[in-house]
Amino acid sequence: MIGPGKAVKESTSAPPAPLTAGRLLAAIVFGLMFGFLLQKGGVGKYNVLVGQLLLQDFTVAKVMLTAIVVGMVGIFALHHFAKVNLHLHPTKLAAQTLGGLIFGAGFALIAYCPGTGAVALGQGSWDVLFGMAGLVAGSFLYAELSGWLKQTVETWGNHGKLMLPDLLHIPRAIFVPAFALLLLAVLFWLDRAGGHR
Amino acid sequence: MKPLGVIATVLLPGFASAEVDGTAFGVDARNYDGAAWSPYLVGAGIGVLSWLTFYFADRPIGASSFYATIAGFIGKLISPRHMESLKYFQKTPPRADYGFFFVVFTIVGGFIAAWTGGEFRNEWLHPMWLDRFGDSLALRVGIGFAGGVLMAFGARLAGGCTSGHGISGTLQLNAGSWLAVVAMFIGGIATAMALFTLL
Repeated sequence: MIGPGKAVKESTSAPPAPLTAGRLLAAIVFGLMFGFLLQKGGVGKYNVLVGQLLLQDFTVAKVMLTAIVVGMVGIFALHHFAKVNLHLHPTKLAAQTLGGLIFGAGFALIAYCPGTGAVALGQGSWDVLFGMAGLVAGSFLYAELSGWLKQTVETWGNHGKLMLPDLLHIPRAIFVPAFALLLLAVLFWLDRAGGHR
Repeated sequence: MKPLGVIATVLLPGFASAEVDGTAFGVDARNYDGAAWSPYLVGAGIGVLSWLTFYFADRPIGASSFYATIAGFIGKLISPRHMESLKYFQKTPPRADYGFFFVVFTIVGGFIAAWTGGEFRNEWLHPMWLDRFGDSLALRVGIGFAGGVLMAFGARLAGGCTSGHGISGTLQLNAGSWLAVVAMFIGGIATAMALFTLL
């Protein structure tokens, strides 16, 4: 919790906060809420996730876009009043393009992603266990190559902290509501086009 | 054009079966049970949850580093000295921290939602997989494991997953997160369509 009037940072990564009883409680409560919501949204299910990638079922896009609109409006309001920090990863063109494409290829095969896979395990979709074993192995593979990757691919097109409003030279107070309306228009169009039968 | 048709039928069984059941990929994801709740309600809930995690925990929602933490724990059991030589684990030492327990309880939250909603599945293969790829568990093991390796490698290279970039990064209007999530869906759509057409 950040006190009002305290300078609001835009940190790239949070300093390692010790796991106090309060933070453990927060992790438990928020983790439970996240898993509960994802399961109710159907996004722990193989057919819903793969259906999105086959462009047959747009549940995943609807959940993500709604979360982005609601989250964005609230986070930027809270940030404006110095209640929260932003946590921005640096923009690295090569790493995020390549990493994203590789992630996507894996997504199509395993069908669950790291968060929805946790939900799939909770709901008894045991096939996620093979994917989870792969996720651990893939994390290790990255760590093995991280010394080289951090000196090569991850330096290519590194723009540091970069936000869309700054990229387009539009003030946040204008960009956030305008972008929210644009995303709502996309959602409205998706809804009209039909998703789950 | 007859030879082309024959070639297509022989080489692309996905297209061949498309003529039978009217879908391009031999199966329609919408014929299986979907979401219990409206995707807009769930999305709004996750949006509000992100306010709470920023405010109370000063952390965005994210999941993929959980698997790297487990990889680090296992690696430390086998060869602690080797693990300390790896750049990633020097920067991000494996710790059972806030983010680790967040994902542990995401599993529990998924269980509670499924159990109370009468949706606990207890199955090794999803019906859609069975209908499309048959009942070979070995095939699912191979494809699932390979997918996991690619996914985690990609997530670490990109610096996040469909939660860390796809929700938390995008809602903060982080340019790199929008780039990553667009790349994720391009890679995912292309690979899924190839898989369901060729296999």
